[in-house]
Amino acid sequence: MAEDRIARFDKRQVELKKMSDAELKDRFWKLCNQVVEPIVDLAKTHTSPSIERAVLLRMGIDSVSTHAVVTRVLEAGLLGKGAGHVVLKVSQKTGKDIRGAAQAIIDDKALLSGLF
Amino acid sequence: MANKELDPTKKLDIEEIMEGLATYHPPRKGWTWREVPKEGVNMGPFHYRNMSKPLKRSIGLPASKYFDHIDPQPACVVTTEIASGRFEDDIRRMRMAVWHGADHLMVIRTTGQSHIDGLMEGTPEGTGGVPITRKQIRASRKACDMIEEEVGRPINFHSYVSGVAGPEVAVLFAEEGINGAHQDPQHNVLYRNVNMYRSFVDAAEAKKVMAGARIFQIDGAHNANATAKAGWLVMPELMVQHGINCAFSVAAGMDKNLIGLSTVPPDAPPAPKLWYDLPYAIALREFFSDFKMRAQQNTRYIEADIEEAIRTHTIDTLISMLTSADIQSTITPDEGRNVPWHYNNIRGVQTVKQTWAALDGIKELVSLNMDGPLGQMSRDLKERAVAFLEEVVETGGYFAAVEKGFFVDSGKYPERNDDGIARDGKGGVGAGSLVQRDADYMAPVCDHFGNNKLPAGVKKACDPIGGCTLCKPEKIVYIDELDPEDNANARLSKTLPYRKGDLLKPEAEWAGDGTVLLQFVVPESEDIAREAALEMGRKMGLKDPEIVNLQVMHPAEGCFVEVKGKVAFDVKKSELKIPPKEEMLPEDEVRAVVKKLGIKVVAATVGEDEHSVGLREILDIKHGGIEKYGVKYSYLGTSVPVGKLVDAAIETGAQAILISTIISHNDVHRNNMRKLAELCKEKGIRDKIVLIAGGTQVNRDMAKETGLDATFGRGTKGFHVVNAIVKTLKARGQA
Repeated sequence: MAEDRIARFDKRQVELKKMSDAELKDRFWKLCNQVVEPIVDLAKTHTSPSIERAVLLRMGIDSVSTHAVVTRVLEAGLLGKGAGHVVLKVSQKTGKDIRGAAQAIIDDKALLSGLF
Repeated sequence: MANKELDPTKKLDIEEIMEGLATYHPPRKGWTWREVPKEGVNMGPFHYRNMSKPLKRSIGLPASKYFDHIDPQPACVVTTEIASGRFEDDIRRMRMAVWHGADHLMVIRTTGQSHIDGLMEGTPEGTGGVPITRKQIRASRKACDMIEEEVGRPINFHSYVSGVAGPEVAVLFAEEGINGAHQDPQHNVLYRNVNMYRSFVDAAEAKKVMAGARIFQIDGAHNANATAKAGWLVMPELMVQHGINCAFSVAAGMDKNLIGLSTVPPDAPPAPKLWYDLPYAIALREFFSDFKMRAQQNTRYIEADIEEAIRTHTIDTLISMLTSADIQSTITPDEGRNVPWHYNNIRGVQTVKQTWAALDGIKELVSLNMDGPLGQMSRDLKERAVAFLEEVVETGGYFAAVEKGFFVDSGKYPERNDDGIARDGKGGVGAGSLVQRDADYMAPVCDHFGNNKLPAGVKKACDPIGGCTLCKPEKIVYIDELDPEDNANARLSKTLPYRKGDLLKPEAEWAGDGTVLLQFVVPESEDIAREAALEMGRKMGLKDPEIVNLQVMHPAEGCFVEVKGKVAFDVKKSELKIPPKEEMLPEDEVRAVVKKLGIKVVAATVGEDEHSVGLREILDIKHGGIEKYGVKYSYLGTSVPVGKLVDAAIETGAQAILISTIISHNDVHRNNMRKLAELCKEKGIRDKIVLIAGGTQVNRDMAKETGLDATFGRGTKGFHVVNAIVKTLKARGQA
């Protein structure tokens, strides 16, 4: 395996040596972008508890409450909607402000059933 | 709100800084580079080619006193890392470091914070760093806002956006005006065992938030050469790691000008450092010409010897100057022996300041020979990096490559030692925690990354909630403390007597810590020297003496030992006898009296003393001596008997006698001083003549005990002496 890699490297290097410095640099960046492209797509289409807590923080919810809210949203299977989205919906439905809606979700998990 | 202006003669008032934090918002956000005038900078007698605007207030290198006290400031931003565990003490350390030229203060987090799932709040004590919290940031940022006014240059405050709470930490930083941060998802994966998918998905959000607040990003690639067994061989891989983080950061929305490569010259002497570090530095700067270079000093090879670390760091800085550095990071040179002590932050900054000043404009004087082995070696590294990436792609991409242990292998690619760090995609902290976004996923806030289905017609993402905290800081929720005991207020009340009261103790990390360092030689072999040094420390009254460094001078002849420990005593300021500062007359007044009286002096070194340099500096006009102020002098030479001086004074009608005495064996200096006073009394001229002595072992207190009018030690200038003559004459009514 190791010898195989070294043999393949030797072959690669023959090709790389033909490139100018500018071409080599260009190749480096093309490959880097190629490597990160699927990761960027993964990031665009997925979320995580920390991302959702970070959204709630920006909505003006304190760090302790963001934990409790995201836990509730996860349990209700709604994280794919966005925790901020959920809080906003509850706020619109109950007429409470954003912080009030977050507290209501913490206090009563039934609030989330049938929301979407 | 405007902060109170700091008084350079007063300590920071920590209690006052802690007031009003609940509503404190930083006046400025985002990263700041130094102002570097294109035409160069003129300071004192010199022209500098590559320096930034000088500071309003600062402390120069010790030798700056020979050059009008100039303190040239490098063109690059200069970093110092701060990590005492108590931010309330770090704030004072920051002020010291900034006065010596740091403008990038990097606060290390407490151990384990990267594995805490969420934000920490309050001000608990940390280990090896501080818990990064909103309160800690606000207090520190507020202090920085005041200190930057004091020195006249913006301070970049920096910490870390990594671990499993990256996005939340990034939001906190953006809200609180943090200016720089480490962010690199690869670091989480390789060194913190955070699940690889989670780490990258979180990183995209964190980077987007950082980009919005114009926070400068530093990556984590340099850890590979601190971790791999042969750090100097992993260079192709390092370029790949830098490349992946840069490409990913740009894709997440970051400006290339705010993306920095954390790069370390990977080698240290006795290795032939330049042959490894220079081609690597060049290869990196060629591939990454669109990005910024944060040159770090090497930590991998720091041992307990501070001077060795400083020498390596000097060469690291040379490499920065031969290539380029936008930010020059410094390492506290005591990192190899203890949690860094505050004065070593200053030493780290001085290493850069001193090297940069010495080598200012080096590229105009010397150029690198790229036609020789240097060009070949750097090209070879670049080819290997590209080949590495090709193999990553063939293997199935980044995640597959990590699973196969591609990274942090100590072989020089394509060789492998099979000691790389392999991670399982299904494993690690936070594995399985990602959730796919639904088609109607929404996040009604600014600087959010990825798919976000906002309601139709919404112009700004946070409109549906009437503004997010990034647009309306008043919406930020401030939590003061969660722990009633483990907090800064409790610690501050304990250190109060040492900060605002009458008590004093030596310190190295925290107020009142009592820490001291002893340096001495034990003329014995290592085993004996070790025990003897500890016993000597105990006999000197040290608590918990500990050997922090031992160097063999010779296997049998002796060892140099450094012992740290704590002192048990306090010193009371109120009981100290502090000599009042000598008041200086206005220069014009002094000149007028000298002219009116036609002041003449006789001067010589006395006893068997041939040291005349100090006295010549006091006398000669070219050194700013008394001649400059109109005083006429007769210099009688060296090793002159006191009697001869007195006779000469009488003959010439001099108003003063100046003697210089360096040699102090058997108190010969004191005896000569007394003899001068007695002889003048015998000859009946004591009340007509001013008697002055000076020398390295002389101090101002000796005048009284020796019967002279004034005595001077090191650092005395001609004006001090003329001032003393005129003042004495005035006091006697003779002027």
